[in-house]
Amino acid sequence: MTSYVAPLPEFSWKKVLRLYIAETRCEFLKVLRMPAYVIPTLSFPLLFYVMFGIVFGGKQTLGSVTAAAYFLASYGTFGVIGASMFGFGVGVAAERGYGWLQLKRAAPMPPLAYFSAKTIMSLLFSAVLVLALFALAFTAGGVRLPFTTWVDLGAVLVLGAIPFCALGLVIGYFAGPSSAPAIVNLLYLPLAFCSGLWIPLPILPRLLQQVAPYLPPYHLAQLALGVISGEPFGRAAIQHLGIMAAFTVFFLLLARLGYNRDDVKLYG
Amino acid sequence: MENIQSVVATLSSVTKKYGEVTALRDVSLNVRQGELLAVLGPNGAGKTTAIRLLLGLSAPASGKVAVFGQDPRNVSTRRRVGAMLQVSKVPETLKVREHIDLFCSYYPKPLSQKAILSAAGLEGLENRLFGKLSGGEKQRVLFALAICGDPELVFLDEPTVGLDVNTRYLIWNQIRRLIQDGRTVVLTTHYLEEVDALADRVIVLNHGTVVAEGSPSEIKARTAQRKIRCSTRIPLEQVWAIPAVSDVLARDTRIEILTSQVEPVLRELFSRDPNLSSLDISTSSLEEAFLRIISSNESQTNHEVTA
Repeated sequence: MTSYVAPLPEFSWKKVLRLYIAETRCEFLKVLRMPAYVIPTLSFPLLFYVMFGIVFGGKQTLGSVTAAAYFLASYGTFGVIGASMFGFGVGVAAERGYGWLQLKRAAPMPPLAYFSAKTIMSLLFSAVLVLALFALAFTAGGVRLPFTTWVDLGAVLVLGAIPFCALGLVIGYFAGPSSAPAIVNLLYLPLAFCSGLWIPLPILPRLLQQVAPYLPPYHLAQLALGVISGEPFGRAAIQHLGIMAAFTVFFLLLARLGYNRDDVKLYG
Repeated sequence: MENIQSVVATLSSVTKKYGEVTALRDVSLNVRQGELLAVLGPNGAGKTTAIRLLLGLSAPASGKVAVFGQDPRNVSTRRRVGAMLQVSKVPETLKVREHIDLFCSYYPKPLSQKAILSAAGLEGLENRLFGKLSGGEKQRVLFALAICGDPELVFLDEPTVGLDVNTRYLIWNQIRRLIQDGRTVVLTTHYLEEVDALADRVIVLNHGTVVAEGSPSEIKARTAQRKIRCSTRIPLEQVWAIPAVSDVLARDTRIEILTSQVEPVLRELFSRDPNLSSLDISTSSLEEAFLRIISSNESQTNHEVTA
């Protein structure tokens, strides 16, 4: 019944590499050419930082650090979380819901290439945001930190975005293309507020202080604050990392459920 | 017949359900090498579901799907296959060239950018952003993505839906070229003229089952009726009584008679009404054949049109 099938040329590692680069490049170009996404995602955290961290915060201190340094950690966290949740949540929901991802899946695209391209793009976006915040903090906020602390803080904020990429992926696989932006906002803004990213936790009501440790952004903010206040990497930091890792695994499992469920749904 | 040409893809007794809805019920079909197989049916007949199964995008509830003798979900199978699906939104901020480059990178031996642009009729548009293209041009980009990997088997899910006549003809020519190059094409459509213009073989789906199968002319012959139109004073009941008349309709000032034997019916008509006028005779179109197949399937008369 079946015909003789001529063997295909081998798919060498060079081709695999080229595929991953092409996927990442397209992801990059796509985002770069969408100012309606780039400008608000970048400017809101910067604007908030200028307003709350620099103008209102002034020379006050919070714990062992200046307000400008404290808010650098919290608005840095706020910014990278937003970039990741929007990038993944809205991006995946749209490409999946409008049938584009299905076409890519029908073509021999390795799903991993798609997810890794999105992750790299998201982390790159976070890095740009963090550098812009650093520049503001240094110039307008007068924040002075040892060089290694800047580097550590940058690394913590950018890599700390990973669990939120995973959370975005969950939204992307369960939300429709038109509801995804609203759902991201509904999760993102309360999560940010309750984790003390806008207003420092010590000033917030007791109830919120008790809720915060159950929310993933709290742990990233605490890690970033730990770096800024020069705390040595110790038990507390390891605990925050562990909780973030657990959240990441949990989100990825949820996303996997959505990925499997996708087969059942018929789009278009 | 099945064994003369080798089979490149099959559905064997496939049933697929989406929740409560049965999209395909015990469907078997073979795609033969080098043919253009049209899957025809009204909306919701299960055409897209059949394509999704053959592309390994969804799994059957029961039955077996094989493409090149393998699971369609295997990467090695997918590298031999190209697909044009109904995508309601393609990333608009990428250029035509960038879209094509990306899809080329998925395949081991893609066609050259130049060959792809020419095969899809996209020359001169390669640096245009996708969002700036017209509807027909967008459809041609999707066509380009389906063929860029030099696939042996191409699935086209309603490739010309919503296009103007010129663009439709353009895409038809491109599809014909695929067949001339020795590729196998499976096309779904609800345009009958598309089937008439392109297909070697047609499978008619309705409510998730195969209701007819054959060449376009066989399908027409199976309901080999011709239509006589004329003005006459013979009462309708008497026309009905003429042997071999299968249907009579009064339309405006004329009547329409459906029959498989035009000449004896005409002889009878003229003998009863020598003044019969405004006569014209037409072969029933594929469209009519199709509607008849669908309606006989619908009325559950168990007319087994399938051979």
